[in-house]
Amino acid sequence: MIQTIASVGLPIDETLMINKNRLIPQSGLNGNEKRISIVTGTHGDELEGQYVCFELQRRIKENYSSLKGIVDVYPALNPLGIDSITRGIPAFDLDMNRIFPGSENGSMPEYIASKIIGDLSGSDVVIDIHASNIFLKEIPQVRINELSRDVLVPYAKLINVDYIWIHSSATVLESTLAYSLNSIGTPTLVVEMGVGMRITKNYGDQLVDGIFTLMKELGIWSGETVTPKTPIISEDGEVSFINAGSSGVFLPSVEHWKNVKKGDCIGKILNPLTGEVNETIFSQTDGIVFTLREYPIVSEGSLIARILA
Amino acid sequence: MEEKLLFELDSVYRDNMRIKGFSFGKGEKSVCIVGATRGNEVQQVYICSQLIKIFRYLEKQGKIKENKSIMVVPTVNSYSMNIAKRFWSTDNTDINRMFPGYNLGETTQRIAAGVFENVNDYEYGIQFTSFYMQGSFIPHVRMMKTGFENVELAKDFGLPYVFRREARPYDTTTLNYNWQLWETKAFSLYTNATDTIDVASAREAINAVLSFLNKNEIIEYRCHQGYVSQFIEGHTLVNVKSNVSGIFIRYKDVNSRVKKGDILAEIIDPYTGMPVDTVKSPVNGIVFFHADQPVIYSQAPLYRIIPTDDLY
Repeated sequence: MIQTIASVGLPIDETLMINKNRLIPQSGLNGNEKRISIVTGTHGDELEGQYVCFELQRRIKENYSSLKGIVDVYPALNPLGIDSITRGIPAFDLDMNRIFPGSENGSMPEYIASKIIGDLSGSDVVIDIHASNIFLKEIPQVRINELSRDVLVPYAKLINVDYIWIHSSATVLESTLAYSLNSIGTPTLVVEMGVGMRITKNYGDQLVDGIFTLMKELGIWSGETVTPKTPIISEDGEVSFINAGSSGVFLPSVEHWKNVKKGDCIGKILNPLTGEVNETIFSQTDGIVFTLREYPIVSEGSLIARILA
Repeated sequence: MEEKLLFELDSVYRDNMRIKGFSFGKGEKSVCIVGATRGNEVQQVYICSQLIKIFRYLEKQGKIKENKSIMVVPTVNSYSMNIAKRFWSTDNTDINRMFPGYNLGETTQRIAAGVFENVNDYEYGIQFTSFYMQGSFIPHVRMMKTGFENVELAKDFGLPYVFRREARPYDTTTLNYNWQLWETKAFSLYTNATDTIDVASAREAINAVLSFLNKNEIIEYRCHQGYVSQFIEGHTLVNVKSNVSGIFIRYKDVNSRVKKGDILAEIIDPYTGMPVDTVKSPVNGIVFFHADQPVIYSQAPLYRIIPTDDLY
């Protein structure tokens, strides 16, 4: 059942609608069902979650009798952004994931944010799917604020990701959807995977497998599920960041999600005008490359890779 | 005047980006003035350029007080201004959400760090900035409630209002917030314009800065002392919205005195031309902010009004 959870009139003959699709058991609801919410599309250039929303529902509909709880699917929290290939909210140039929990009396983005929080509140688990950005490729991972680790890590272990990154708390992140929901007692996992403006089908399939495993654990699904991968779990201190020291064109020498040794060449930054190599980048540690630069043009400071020691 | 290169970013495809500071006077670091952090903040660059012209003259006249120095940084984001973009030219990040910066981090973190290490040890910090929504304000000094803010000192600018609001999580990475953490007495000045030059409003801001510096014995300068500033808290303002979208016909400007029931605006159906909403003031008061986009969304904040007890 498709429901509109927030709507705003646009100037000329158009209504902005935030829609969700609610799937419930064929036998109806008795009021005791658990509820999982899948949300994505906060950033208009992150599309990996679109396939997950589709594939999750396709599989449920294929075996509808196994559905024992409520599945709410929100494919587009920022539909204008997705439609116009804009990361932020068009017309406001705002990062939607910095305005939560929003305000009923605020501007359009804040108003919508408050409606989204209101609708998601009370879910037994929320999975907020992101897809990095157009610059970086990520392996399927869950990112957890250290303040929520005790509640969230057990859920994160079930959703079949390769990696769980427990990061330190930062005040600026208190404006995110996940922080806002976790702070009101709605457990929310942030998934990062793939790359912006693309869909990586195998990552999507992997995550959907995991969502079914979590749903089974919650009593929402009674069908067959996979045994989830055992993810690597790490904290900030074990992650090494590599940033460009010069501008130019980055060509990687390593593959994503492969091991490297200290001193291995990660890639080169080329100068197409002079034909020279501006910089050769080496790993500072033994580890595995879980983030790798996808967009070739770099400036001084551009993130090239993150390596888990 | 001494021109200093505060930060330089190399580029393969463009000329390097140079962030420059212009210093006047010698001695203790008294005041730092920062203009545009976004590429559309043209008014802010204009104001800084006019201040540089004036400080240059005052320095020649010996009117910058002994052991006082001033630095003006007209823009920290010329790359975006040169391509008519508000945020950072490649990844669309906001430099004014990157402070105090990180010199080993991403590009805009490095820019913020390069700027901040040059501006963080002044006694006073003044930033000309802009609001995320299109619209006009009564010129005012804006402060966040951080525990370090000084409302009485802000009144030395002589602008009509000193406005204070609660700090939100995303404010903690602004220049103003970090200045305060580093014990610089920081103020943000808002004028009527951002991506156009409003000379009258710029003059008011320039006068406010000169008046502030004169009152705090950094320069010797006779000028209009400005207003007795009224202090307002953000939460006391009354927001006026419309429940419908359409063409926004505005009837009241900033600084207008309005009575409860006065018509502030009409919303027109873009197809038929018929009014679909008449926006009325819910209180007696003074218009502090109005939106100025020609078409509006439903629920859009159109006015912010300072309530008054006006009986006439």
